[in-house]
Amino acid sequence: MSTISKSDVAYVAGLAQLDLDEAATARLVGEMNSILGYMEKLNELDTDAVEPMMHAMALTNVFRDDEVKPSLPRELALRGAPLHDDEYFLVPKILDTEGGGA
Amino acid sequence: MSDWFNKTAFEIREAVAQGDVSAREVTTSFLDRIEAVDGAVGAYTQLWNDDALAQADAVDAKVKAGEALGALAGVPISLKELICTTSGETTCSSRILNGFQSPYNATVTKKLLAADAIVLGKVNMDEFAMGSSTENSAIQKTANPWKLSCVPGGSSGGSAASVASATSALSFGSDTGGSIRQPAAFCGCVGLKPTYGRVSRYGLVAFASSLDQIGPLSKDVRDAALALNVITGKDPLDATSADLPAEDFTQALTGDVKGLKIGLPKEYFVDALSSEVRTMVEASIEVLKAQGAEFVEISLPHTDYAVAVYYIVAPAEASANLARFDGVRYGFRHPDAKNVAELYVKTKTEGYGKEVQRRIMLGTYVLSSGYYDAYYLKAQKVRTLIKQDFDEAFKQCDVILTPTAPAPAFTMGEKSSDPLEMYLNDIFTISANLAGIPGISLPCGLSESGLPVGLQLLGKAFDEATLLRTAHCYEANAGISLGTPPIA
Amino acid sequence: MEFEAVIGMEVHVQLNCKSKVFCGCSTNFHAPPNTNVCSVCLGMPGAMPVLNREMVTKSVAVGLALDCTISRWSKMDRKNYFYPDQSKNYQISQYDLPINHDGFLDIEVDGKSKRIGITRAHMEEDTARNTHTLGGGHSGVDFNRCGLPLLEIVTEPDIRSADEAFAFLTELKQILQYLGVSDCNMEEGALRAEANISIRPKGTEPFGTKTEVKNVASFSGTYKAIEYEIARQTQVLNEGGKVIQETRGWDDDRGVTFSQRAKESAHDYRYFPEPDLVPIVVDEAWEKSIHELQPELPAPRRARMVADYGLSVYDAGVLTQTRAMADYFEATTALAPDAKKVANWITGDLQALISNAEGDIRVIKITPTQLAAMINLIEDGTISGKIAKEVLVDMFQSGDDPKAIIEAKGLVQISDTGELEQRIAAVLATHPAQVEEFRSGKEKVIGFLVGQVMKATQGKANPKMVNEILRKQLSN
Ligand SMILES: [Mg+2]
Ligand SMILES: [Zn+2]
Repeated sequence: MSTISKSDVAYVAGLAQLDLDEAATARLVGEMNSILGYMEKLNELDTDAVEPMMHAMALTNVFRDDEVKPSLPRELALRGAPLHDDEYFLVPKILDTEGGGA
Repeated sequence: MSDWFNKTAFEIREAVAQGDVSAREVTTSFLDRIEAVDGAVGAYTQLWNDDALAQADAVDAKVKAGEALGALAGVPISLKELICTTSGETTCSSRILNGFQSPYNATVTKKLLAADAIVLGKVNMDEFAMGSSTENSAIQKTANPWKLSCVPGGSSGGSAASVASATSALSFGSDTGGSIRQPAAFCGCVGLKPTYGRVSRYGLVAFASSLDQIGPLSKDVRDAALALNVITGKDPLDATSADLPAEDFTQALTGDVKGLKIGLPKEYFVDALSSEVRTMVEASIEVLKAQGAEFVEISLPHTDYAVAVYYIVAPAEASANLARFDGVRYGFRHPDAKNVAELYVKTKTEGYGKEVQRRIMLGTYVLSSGYYDAYYLKAQKVRTLIKQDFDEAFKQCDVILTPTAPAPAFTMGEKSSDPLEMYLNDIFTISANLAGIPGISLPCGLSESGLPVGLQLLGKAFDEATLLRTAHCYEANAGISLGTPPIA
Repeated sequence: MEFEAVIGMEVHVQLNCKSKVFCGCSTNFHAPPNTNVCSVCLGMPGAMPVLNREMVTKSVAVGLALDCTISRWSKMDRKNYFYPDQSKNYQISQYDLPINHDGFLDIEVDGKSKRIGITRAHMEEDTARNTHTLGGGHSGVDFNRCGLPLLEIVTEPDIRSADEAFAFLTELKQILQYLGVSDCNMEEGALRAEANISIRPKGTEPFGTKTEVKNVASFSGTYKAIEYEIARQTQVLNEGGKVIQETRGWDDDRGVTFSQRAKESAHDYRYFPEPDLVPIVVDEAWEKSIHELQPELPAPRRARMVADYGLSVYDAGVLTQTRAMADYFEATTALAPDAKKVANWITGDLQALISNAEGDIRVIKITPTQLAAMINLIEDGTISGKIAKEVLVDMFQSGDDPKAIIEAKGLVQISDTGELEQRIAAVLATHPAQVEEFRSGKEKVIGFLVGQVMKATQGKANPKMVNEILRKQLSN
C-alpha cells in the first residue's frame, strides 16, 4: 500500500474538519505511516471469498412502530446549545446555499 | 463508623434489606472514603453527595415502609463519564463536551436507578474511551490505587480505580477493545464485558458502535452477576440489543466446573507475554484443574491480526460517531468562528485531545475514497475470520482462558510516546469485541512489584452464565484475596 | 450543430408516516421551530436510531409501483458530510444496497409512450431546515424536518426534453398519490425534484458535462429550468465554450438558472454500513403483502376506464388525475349508467364548484349516490339539465338529496302536455309579431319563443316538449 504523504494528511484533516499545524501534520505523517504500515499484515490473508462482518450479532428487521412519541420540550432541546434565540439553534450566517442537502 | 466501603454490593444489599444498616450510613461511609483517598487516586470527576444521600434516604424510606426493594438497593455505585445521566454532566472526559448536561438518562442509568442503586458520581476515563491508561482524559489524571505512579489502565480507568480503592461498590464502564477488562486487571478487580447486544447501548456515548458494550466492574464475581442481572434486557431504543428471556446470573454460580472444557489458545501464550504473568496464569489453570475442569489446547489462528482489524474498524466508526460534536447543539464551541466552516474546524481542533484527533484521522483515512476496500472492507472480512476462529474453538471447549494483558500496569507516561506500542497492549482483549463474545477479567495475584495481574475468561455468545460460573469457581478456590490496597 | 439533451432526475419524496424515520417525533409540517425534536433526531450523544417499519413498507410500495426489484436484503449506511442541516454530521441513507432498484416508469408525450428507467429508490432521513432571515449575522437551524422519512428516486439519464421531464414528474406524483404514501406538496417540500442536465451532439453516445439544477419549487419551474438550461448549454457550446460541472439554482422570477457553486472535487462521503441499525430483509411474504394492498395505479386504470366505460382517452385522463376522483366517478357511474354524462358532470360543474370552494373531492358533501340520483332525475325527465345545474349548487352547499331539493323548491319539470299547451298558447298570443315572422319563414325566431316559454315557467318546462308543442301550434 501507499505511504501517507503530507498532502494526504492535509486532505484527510480537511474531511475530518481538523486544522493541523506544521508540527501536528509532520507528527501524524509519521504516526499514520507507522500504524497503517502495521495494518499491511492484513494483506497476508486471502479474503476474496470472505463476507465482511458488519455486526457482532446476526439480527435483522428490528423496527419501531409508526407511533408519535412526545418530543423534548424546546427549552430542553435548546438548553445545551452554545448559541440560540429560544427558537433556533444559531450558527454563523450561511452564505453559501449549496452544500448539504439530502 | 464501620467500613461498609469494604463490603461487596451483595453484602450491602443484604444488610440494607435486613435493616442491619441504613442506606444513608452505607452511603456516608463511601463518601467519607472518597474524601479520604480519592484526592490521591483521582477516580471521580463528579461527586453528587447530596443527590446520593437523598437517594439513600428514599431507599431507607422504602425499607421502613416494607416496600419491595430493587436488586441494588442501597449499593453505592459510580458511572463512567460516557454514560448519560440527567444529573450532572456527561463529558466523556473531553473538553468538547465540557458542561454537557444530557436531556435524558441512558437505559442503563434508568435500570440502575430503578434497582435503587445509589449513584455517587461519575468517574474518569480516556477521552471518548480512546486509550488504555486513562492518561487521555482532558479532566484529570487517575492513579492506580496499588501504585500511584502507575496507570489504572483504560479506558474505564476511573471505574477500576474507584472499585479497587473502595470508593464505589460497583462501577459501570464500557468495553470497546478491553476497556473494562484491562483496567480491572491493572487495578485488581473483576471486570465483565457482556456479549454484544446483552446490554442496551442507548445513552452510552458511542466510540465504536459495533464493538461498544457496557459492563460492571466489581469486587467479586457474584457482584458482577448481580450487576449484570440489573442492566441486561432488550431495549426498544437500541436496535442492536438482543431479545432474550431474563436470567438470574447469580444462580449460575454453583461452584461446580467438573467436566467443563476450558480452551487454552496457543496464540495467547507467546513472547509478548511477561514471564511473571505467564506463571500466574498457569497457576490459575491448576486451580481449575483441581476442581475438575478439563483443559484443551486450542488455536485462534487469526489472533495476530486482531489489533490491525480493531484499529481500522474502531477509528472508522468513531470518525462518524464523533462528527456530531460541532458546537452547534451542545458542548464546547469555539468563540471566534466567522463562518460555519471555521466553527467546525476551530471547535474540533481545540475540543479534541491528541489521541482522539489521531483516531479520527485514521478512521477518516480508511473510509476515504480509494482506501475503503483496502482497509475498512478488508478489516471487516478479517473480522469474520476472527469470529470464525471462535466459532471453531467453541466446538472444542466451553470457555477460553487467557491472560488479560501482557503485563501489569505500567508507569504513567511510559507508553504515551508511541501510539502503536500502546495499541499492541490490547492484544488479548480486542478479539472478544471483534467477535462480540463475553469476557471477564479477574485477579489472579500480585506481581513482584505489588501490582495486580488479571486472568481473562472468554465465553460463547450469550453464555455469560458459564463464564461467570467458571470465574466464580476460580475465585472461590484460588485463595487469592487482594483486599483493599493501602493508598498512600 | 444540433444537440440533444440527456436528463436524469433525482426526486426526494417525503413519505407521510406519522413519526420520523428513526424516532417518535411527529412529522407535522406546521409545528413551530425545534418543537418536533428529541435526543435521537438532535443527534444527542448516546442516542440511537430505530427504523420505522412503515418507512420500509411505504418505500417498497413505491418500488413495486415503479416495477423495481425489491432487495431481499438491504441495509442503511452512513453518508458523512459536515453541514448544519444534519444533527449528526452524517446522514443515514442507503448506499450500495438500496431497498428498490432497476425499475421503470412509462410516460406519454405527444401520444407516444416512453420508458424512463429507475436506477434506484432508497430510504434516507431528511435534513434540517436553515433560515437565513434572522439577522444578527446568524443563520438559524430548525431540526423539525431533520429525520423525516425520505425516499430518493433516481432515474437513468433517459429523459430527452423538458416535456418528458414534466410528464415523468406528473406521472410519478400521480402514482405516489394513488399509493397514498406522500402528500406530494411541493410548496411544503414534500416532493423535491432535481435535474441533471447535459447535452451532446445529436447521434453521438458520450455524455456531455452535466449541471445539476436544484431548489425548484414546482413542476412548471422544473420545466422552464430545463428548457433554459438546454438553451444555455447549447449557446455555450455553439460559442466554442465549455459547460462547467456545477450546481445551479433556479430564479423563477427572472426565469434563469444561476451558478451556485462549482463542485470543487467530487464529494468524499465515506459511506459505510450504519452499525446502529441491523439489516433489512424483505422476504417474499412481506413483499407480497405490500403488493396485495396496492391500489390500481393510474396507467392501468386509465386504460380500463377507456375499455370499460367507453370514455375518451382525454376524459379517462382527467378522471384518473387523482385516485379520489376516479373512485368518485366509478361509484357514481355504478348507479347512473351513462358514463359519458357522469364524466361530464364530474369534470365540468362539480369540478368547478370544488375548485371555486378550494375544496377536495374526498370531503365534499355530495355523495356519488346523490350525484347519480341527480343524473337519473335528468334522464327520467324529472328535471331539465339546466335546473340540474342549480340543484347541483344546492347539493354542494347543503348536502341534501336532489329529490328533496327539487320538491322543496318546486323545480319539478313541467311535462304535462295540457299545461304546456296552455302556457305556450299564452306566450304566442302575447307575441304576434314573432309568430308572424316565423310563419314568413324566419325559423330562427323559434329560439326566442322557446326562451319566452321557459321564462314564463321559470325554466321548469320540459324543453323537448316545448319545442314540439311550439312547432305544432305555429304550424296551425
Ligand atoms: Mg440523498
Ligand atoms: Zn426525534
